[in-house]
Amino acid sequence: MNASLATLFYLVASICFILALRGLSHPETSRAGNRYGIAGMTIAVLTTLAVLPEVNYVLILGGIVIGGGIGTVIARKIEMTALPQLVAAFHSLVGLAAVLVAAAAFYNPAAYGIGAPGDVKTASLIEMSIGTAIGAITFTGSIIAFAKLQALMSGKPIVFPMQHWLNLGLGILTIVLVIWLCASESDAAFWLIVLVSLALGILIIIPIGGADMPVVISMLNSYSGWAAAGIGFTLQNNLLIVAGALVGSSGAILSYIMCKGMNRSFFSVILGGFGGETAGPSGGDGGERTHRQGSAEDAAFMMSNAEKVIIVPGYGFAVAQAQHALREMADLLKAKGVEVKYAIHPVAGRMPGHMNVLLAEANVPYDEVFEMDEINREFAEADVAFVIGANDVTNPAAKTDKSSPIFGMPVLDVEKARQVFVVKRSMASGYAGVDNPLFYMDHTMMLLADAKKMCEDIVKALAD
Amino acid sequence: MASQTLVDRAQDLARDAQSLSLDLQVLARDAADQVAMQSAEGHDSQILVMALTVFVLAVFVGYHVVWRVTPALHSPLMSVTNAISSVIVVGALIAAGTGGYGFSEIMGFLAVVLASINIFGGFIVTQRMLSMFKRKQK
Repeated sequence: MNASLATLFYLVASICFILALRGLSHPETSRAGNRYGIAGMTIAVLTTLAVLPEVNYVLILGGIVIGGGIGTVIARKIEMTALPQLVAAFHSLVGLAAVLVAAAAFYNPAAYGIGAPGDVKTASLIEMSIGTAIGAITFTGSIIAFAKLQALMSGKPIVFPMQHWLNLGLGILTIVLVIWLCASESDAAFWLIVLVSLALGILIIIPIGGADMPVVISMLNSYSGWAAAGIGFTLQNNLLIVAGALVGSSGAILSYIMCKGMNRSFFSVILGGFGGETAGPSGGDGGERTHRQGSAEDAAFMMSNAEKVIIVPGYGFAVAQAQHALREMADLLKAKGVEVKYAIHPVAGRMPGHMNVLLAEANVPYDEVFEMDEINREFAEADVAFVIGANDVTNPAAKTDKSSPIFGMPVLDVEKARQVFVVKRSMASGYAGVDNPLFYMDHTMMLLADAKKMCEDIVKALAD
Repeated sequence: MASQTLVDRAQDLARDAQSLSLDLQVLARDAADQVAMQSAEGHDSQILVMALTVFVLAVFVGYHVVWRVTPALHSPLMSVTNAISSVIVVGALIAAGTGGYGFSEIMGFLAVVLASINIFGGFIVTQRMLSMFKRKQK
């Protein structure tokens, strides 16, 4: 296959990738979108194999079979609650692959048509080092994110003095190393760039607290795209540039949406340190406050007599695997003529859209699930707001208490419902470590139990 | 005698002409090399500018397409973009496929394995997620 024809096929693959993202604008078209993505990838791989002067099928097919096998098994077995960890792990692989490809190009530039060993074009060297650096940062950063999400390490931010200066210093060092690499083309410079970037990846992510994980995952998603684009520049391959740019901008937009959902600036997330220190003095002087505790029977009675119930699920409900029990409860209520809707906060769960997937897994139809902006006004006319495993995203202090660490964060107006039920394991504070005045309001009833157990009890009470 | 000097002179002249023509040849070759190099440099910067054009346009396309994605599908968006960024496998295939078994080929092979995990894993998990999204049964 000649080069022009290959470029055309790469163009077709790029279009397929754009259509893959386009399909996600609606659940109905999304499955076709995914097929476009697969088609694009297949075209890309076959075109590359056809254009290569010589193909070592042992290495290539071996690699695809081994990698494809591992990927297939993992993707089929993974629990949907563990999705964030999985995505973080996948990001790290893209990062590492970018570093490996850059290394291969550095030691065998002739194969890519960018010069001979020791005589690589300067532009290619710069592009190569950018791809390598971003790839290495993505690799270690994603590993730290994975460890935090998998609870292999504490979600608490790790901070130490001069941290940001150290990161800045390492960033500048990377630039110096890139200049050195361009001037000398020495192996040492290349590997030092890799090492410094690997360290930088770890240092960038450790100060970011568990509550900010949705932003971190989106950010690393974006980085993995930029790394691919960087490699695309090195290899002068438009397909890689287009795909990288699509992924990079997608991740950037998701990071922006997540930051907005928490009313945090991107820089304050990056600088980190949020969500570690436990509840500062917020909302009054910590005087004696009482909460009302209710039972499954109370909840069942109130909800079966309601006209409209809005369910607000949070990450705690996913951890308790309460999706199916909750769906069953909603079905019984619907059978009694109650209108049931679900309200999702943008940062509910641990990655963008996580809660929607978990509800879909429990067979909740997507047209009963609403985003915060769509449903917030309806709480005022709802008889019952049923908060299950969510905390900070319902905190009214975010609207009123200027001293609250989450002040200004958009929250669901659950307190406007006539009756609020909060399912929670204990009265402890939420992920962000902030106290929630909602729990002490007169029309709030706490249902202190495991979310799954509570739903099952309510189902039993409803069935009687 | 006179004819002898004439012949000598003619011979000298011929020799001079020959060396001159040689010089000219060298000069012409240098000039050609220089022109070739200049155009190659121009070619290189042209490639870079083209690549930048493609990049910037793709960022714009990405920006507009992604804003249209419904928030309910942000998780599948993330896993499918993850699979798409593994198109880096193209670079890995070039490295692994040279026919040799050197350092670059091993790097390429490892990158093919990693990217394949991502491609298969990413698309399959996206498919799994999307198959769960169902409309209300009426």
